Amino acid sequence: MPTSDYDPACLPDLLPLYYRRLFPFSQYYRWLTYGGVSKSYFQNREFSFTLKDDIYVRYQSFSTQNELEKEIQKMNPYKIDIGAVYSHRPSQHNTVKSGAFQALEKELVFDIDMTDYDDVRSCCSAADICSKCWTLMTIAIRILDRALREDFGFQHLLWVYSGRRGVHCWVCDEAARKLSVTARSAVAEYLSLVKGGEETVRKVVLSDPIHPFISQSLGVVENYFNKYAIVDQELLASKESVDRVLSLLPEDVRKELLVHYQNEKNPVNRWGILTDLVNQKREMSSKKGGYFEKEIMLQYCYPRLDVNVSKGVNHLLKSPFSIHPKTGRVSVPIDVRNVDKFNPFEVPTISLLCEELDKSRADEEEDGIKNNETQSAERRKIRDYKRTSLAKYIKLFDQFLDAMAHTRKGEILKKSDLQKEF
Amino acid sequence: MKCTALRHVGSLWCLQSRKVALGSNPELYGHCLQLYGQPPLESVSLVQFETFAVERLKLLKSVENLGVSYVKMSDDYQKKLSTELCSLNFPHRTSVKRRKDHISHFILRLAYCQTEDLRRWFIQQEMDLFRYRFSILSAKYKTEFLHRNNLKYDTVSIEEKKTLKDELINSSYGISGATIAEQEFYRVPFQDALDLVRLRKVFLQVGYAYIPHQDIVTIVLNDFRTRLSKALALTARSLPAVQSDERLQPLLNHLSHAYVGQDYSFQKNIGKVSLEQIDPLSTTSFPLCMRQLHKALREQHHLRHGGRMQYGLFLKGVGLTLEQALQFWRAEFVKGKVDSEKFDKAYAYSIRHMFGKEGKRTDYTPYSCMKVILSNPPSQGDYHGCPFRHSDPELLKQKLQSYKISPGGLVQILDLVKGMHYQLACQKYFELTHSVEDAGFSLNHPNQYFTESQKLLGGGKEVKKEVEPPQRGQEIAGSNAQSAPTQSPKVQALDKMGDLESFFLDE
Repeated sequence: MPTSDYDPACLPDLLPLYYRRLFPFSQYYRWLTYGGVSKSYFQNREFSFTLKDDIYVRYQSFSTQNELEKEIQKMNPYKIDIGAVYSHRPSQHNTVKSGAFQALEKELVFDIDMTDYDDVRSCCSAADICSKCWTLMTIAIRILDRALREDFGFQHLLWVYSGRRGVHCWVCDEAARKLSVTARSAVAEYLSLVKGGEETVRKVVLSDPIHPFISQSLGVVENYFNKYAIVDQELLASKESVDRVLSLLPEDVRKELLVHYQNEKNPVNRWGILTDLVNQKREMSSKKGGYFEKEIMLQYCYPRLDVNVSKGVNHLLKSPFSIHPKTGRVSVPIDVRNVDKFNPFEVPTISLLCEELDKSRADEEEDGIKNNETQSAERRKIRDYKRTSLAKYIKLFDQFLDAMAHTRKGEILKKSDLQKEF
Repeated sequence: MKCTALRHVGSLWCLQSRKVALGSNPELYGHCLQLYGQPPLESVSLVQFETFAVERLKLLKSVENLGVSYVKMSDDYQKKLSTELCSLNFPHRTSVKRRKDHISHFILRLAYCQTEDLRRWFIQQEMDLFRYRFSILSAKYKTEFLHRNNLKYDTVSIEEKKTLKDELINSSYGISGATIAEQEFYRVPFQDALDLVRLRKVFLQVGYAYIPHQDIVTIVLNDFRTRLSKALALTARSLPAVQSDERLQPLLNHLSHAYVGQDYSFQKNIGKVSLEQIDPLSTTSFPLCMRQLHKALREQHHLRHGGRMQYGLFLKGVGLTLEQALQFWRAEFVKGKVDSEKFDKAYAYSIRHMFGKEGKRTDYTPYSCMKVILSNPPSQGDYHGCPFRHSDPELLKQKLQSYKISPGGLVQILDLVKGMHYQLACQKYFELTHSVEDAGFSLNHPNQYFTESQKLLGGGKEVKKEVEPPQRGQEIAGSNAQSAPTQSPKVQALDKMGDLESFFLDE
């Protein structure tokens, strides 16, 4: 198991190695410059670092990749956050007349955190996750990825494991980066179906007609519901759990179901009875709505986003390839094409990576390959991460960057075609 | 009387819109509705300038009031707004009135661009007005409007509509299988349809919103709001030049502070309130400012000039006759340091003045909330002003607590105060003290507060007849008991007339 015991106390020793040999600076720089289409795009980007002893520094900015590298290698931050591209260099924001320093652009981001589902998962709570509840993240990725692409037309989405209990999505299309606060909040609201806090029992209410977006999302949920909710989460097994599910139904349906459940103990069958009953009721009623079984599925499975994270142009979010100080895991890109296969427990930790590095160096020496000083640090580094479990994730990142470059080239060609028409 | 032309005002507008004045557009008034993209370039007389502005302001205030009293765009709302438009002379059938619409809008921009609050208010009312006027256009004129204003939204082809039939039906309210064929659908980038996207009331595909013709008004409104917001910001920057014209400055100031509702100068209820009722009424039906003034008067047996004006005029609006007012103030002042002779010399005159029995009559109308909030802030020893605006928040909190306002209500009020929504805070005070969820009116005048309160509490009961003044005056030195009745013959006649008139008025 590629975990290797991670001890947070070792972080100060591991981070220097990670930042010197493994962190993919050139890909990172390639990402954040976005093909150099906009001057100072990289220079005006805000970064923030969380250092040892919880010291937090904001408004970090850099002119070149080299500057970024040197600073990170010097500070060895426990955590790196990425903020917005501002009107001026963030590191000089104090010299700018107040009101003139503005956040101009940023990727559209989403943060899905497992703790927001505590009221609907029975296997774990708080910071814990397991393979059973991880399905919620899989569902979230499928639903949101589809919607952002097919409904909103975004193409360049980077899904990243947060390192502990959730996932982030970075929408990097040019149109997305230029969205206003109002637009971001409108997108987030469009994607929100589960509403209400502690006080609200019934958090999803569906009425006629059912919007195509909801139907599509339900389709995804239905694929996973039986295995995830009925079997793994044992939704309809214990009395406590049954009561909670039934509290989402109208009185008469609830009463009838309780009667049926006295004789039927198999959870799969119980769900079947529930859906039959609700469908019957809906068909017989002249009233609109009554999609209770769908509401239950959505309440238990539909992605829960924090609108505030997505709304703000200046909101700072954990950087990909940052380390999670509590788990040691790297925030790695997730391959959405194989999202069902993603296992958070297989994500490499910084201790594992450093171990792999040491081992590979030992191998190198054994093989008699000399550590040639004249070889560029760059090439050495590339050899380095390729020898570790980080390789496949950096490859994913490269593919993501290539796709964006491809789109940019297409845009330039299109523009020049239009001009040629004159 | 016509005054000099205001050509330079027009050119200032041109500056703001960064357009070169090429002479008036002959097509400008070709459609009854416009987006106010181009400023008027003609000269306007000062008189017309003022009239147009005031009438549009009244219109926008009506829009605001109707928006509070009725669900926006409901049948009642539309009917009433249509009536308002006509009565204020804004029908849009002729190009004469369209010109008025055009000019008045731009004048109000000057008055309402100066602060964030004013801009927000102005944009909100103009948008509501526009929404109504657009919605009553026939489909043909709606389309014409879109074309005239270069709002070129791609129409969805018939084939695409067929392919997406189910999705379109399920995402747009009011579209059914029957109606979809005839409805035009437009493809608009989703960023231009955020209101619909936010509520998921539209079908989205690859970044485009598919909007039925009936919903296109939302898109147009968004566009309207954006343009107007930008324009107001630009106007604000050019304002100093306009304000330097002394003819315009007082008018523009007046406009942005204007109260154009009922002025309570003619009361229907003259003589319907007895002096004994004032104490209880002050706790049940007076707004906080007047309650505070009344309490101070009772405790100090005195009020300074600002307080006497604010409270005295309010009482006049409530329905006190001059007699009652004189009796009321004298009785209280005499308990204090003022003997009745001094009262007659120093204070009675100004009370009579308030009632228009001395000197000019027109200026002494009961103060509106705007006036109370904005003019003559109270100093040490004063009790006038608006408590929500002028009281220390801690003291305000204590006072409201002593009036048994619930903690939850208190928080709401204090939040509104923090947000500088003083009239809304008073409205909330009304709602809490009357135990209603919604006041049902938009508060902008203390006498309005009183009238609404009385309405709610079932006022209109038989009023107790006033006890004869001489009897009450027995505490006072005998000779002075004459002073009130001496001017009474004329005064009483006038009051009787007042009563008669109110008798004939519709309830």
